[in-house]
Amino acid sequence: MTAYLRPTSLDEALALRAAHPDYAVVAGGTDLLVGALERPAPAGVLDVFGVAELVGITPGPREALTVGAATPYARLLESPRIRTTLPMLHTCVREIGAAQIQARGTLGGNAQTCSPVGDTLPVLLALEAEVELANQAGRRRLPFAEFVTGYRQTALAADELIVAFHFPAGLSRLRQHWRKVGTRRAQAISKVMLAAVASLDDGTIASPRVAFGAVADRPLRIQSVEAALAGRPPSLGLADEAAALLEQAITPISDVRSSADYRLQVAKNMLHRWVASLVD
Amino acid sequence: MNLELNVNGEPRPLDVDPWRRLLDVLREDLGLTGSKEGCGEGECGACSVLLDGEPVNSCLLPVGAVEGRAVRTVEDLASADALHPVQRALVDLAGTQCGICTPGIAVTAAWILETHPEADRAQVRTLLAGNLCRCTGYQLVVDAVMAALEAQR
Repeated sequence: MTAYLRPTSLDEALALRAAHPDYAVVAGGTDLLVGALERPAPAGVLDVFGVAELVGITPGPREALTVGAATPYARLLESPRIRTTLPMLHTCVREIGAAQIQARGTLGGNAQTCSPVGDTLPVLLALEAEVELANQAGRRRLPFAEFVTGYRQTALAADELIVAFHFPAGLSRLRQHWRKVGTRRAQAISKVMLAAVASLDDGTIASPRVAFGAVADRPLRIQSVEAALAGRPPSLGLADEAAALLEQAITPISDVRSSADYRLQVAKNMLHRWVASLVD
Repeated sequence: MNLELNVNGEPRPLDVDPWRRLLDVLREDLGLTGSKEGCGEGECGACSVLLDGEPVNSCLLPVGAVEGRAVRTVEDLASADALHPVQRALVDLAGTQCGICTPGIAVTAAWILETHPEADRAQVRTLLAGNLCRCTGYQLVVDAVMAALEAQR
């Protein structure tokens, strides 16, 4: 029989994580339970959904906002602070499943699974969020881009838990854009996602950050596109240029949901449309 | 593992593997077969139950996760002598065909009546987006939920 542990405090959770590094860490279970009957049961389960320190949306001393790793999406959607400071995250989360999934899904779960189609992951990249990890010895923070190390691979050590996501100050001044393309609007797994932010300084693009999901083995920032956009006035020509650069930077695959050709064309269209939307 | 479950207001102590899905424990161990398995992967909502008052997919919940929390299934919506108002509306307005999705829709709709009493038609569609129906085309389902909402205003 599977052991099932439900710590209520972070100290307790970290002690159990250290004692049982082979146990599956589960928050809401919305990803881990899909297809679980076809897989062998885990040796044990460390259920962190009830750990109080992992839940909450708090303004930090330096950051605009800190979101606990096991905060259900439904709580993010109710938060006026998320809506005003991180509108892109609000829009993204609103399109993840529906009420049933939003009641259980969490940023920490999405990040730990680290699927190429994890909806919130391009948002964490584009907003330059930091992820905070903890073990019994202490805590560390790293940029989310460094946390993602490969196909469903992360920098999380076997004795660590994801504690929180820190969003930097100043994000509400940026134009934030989220677009997900799926088979249909509700209840669909993504084919391609774009998270993009920028500001316009005297008619030129500043601080462009462009992240895609489902176009490579992991969610990606597209540095060549960002470099091409920075300091330039938005135009349809620049949108063409960005779309051409994107083609060189991504390697979408064909799978049950889409073909590589389709994903590439859609990704280029999404980027083109966003750059064009910056033209006043 | 001994779990102290609370289902439909009753304590239900059970000795079960905590990794089993709540849906299976409800149907197989507790005989509550109203919750249905449609997709088994959290897309269709036929297995919807209320967990501490919030709709969740019971196919995506290990039963170990619900100990100490209140599970409410479709069996608890009707009283001994009357259907829940939203069940009554689904019957009266023909918001059901084959019936597999109907229990999940009734559970989510009961939650809408409790938590979003002022919802308009567009909001009802969004709130019901996690409950798929392959038969009705949703028009009559949404009609029924709107009728139940309007009746309680």
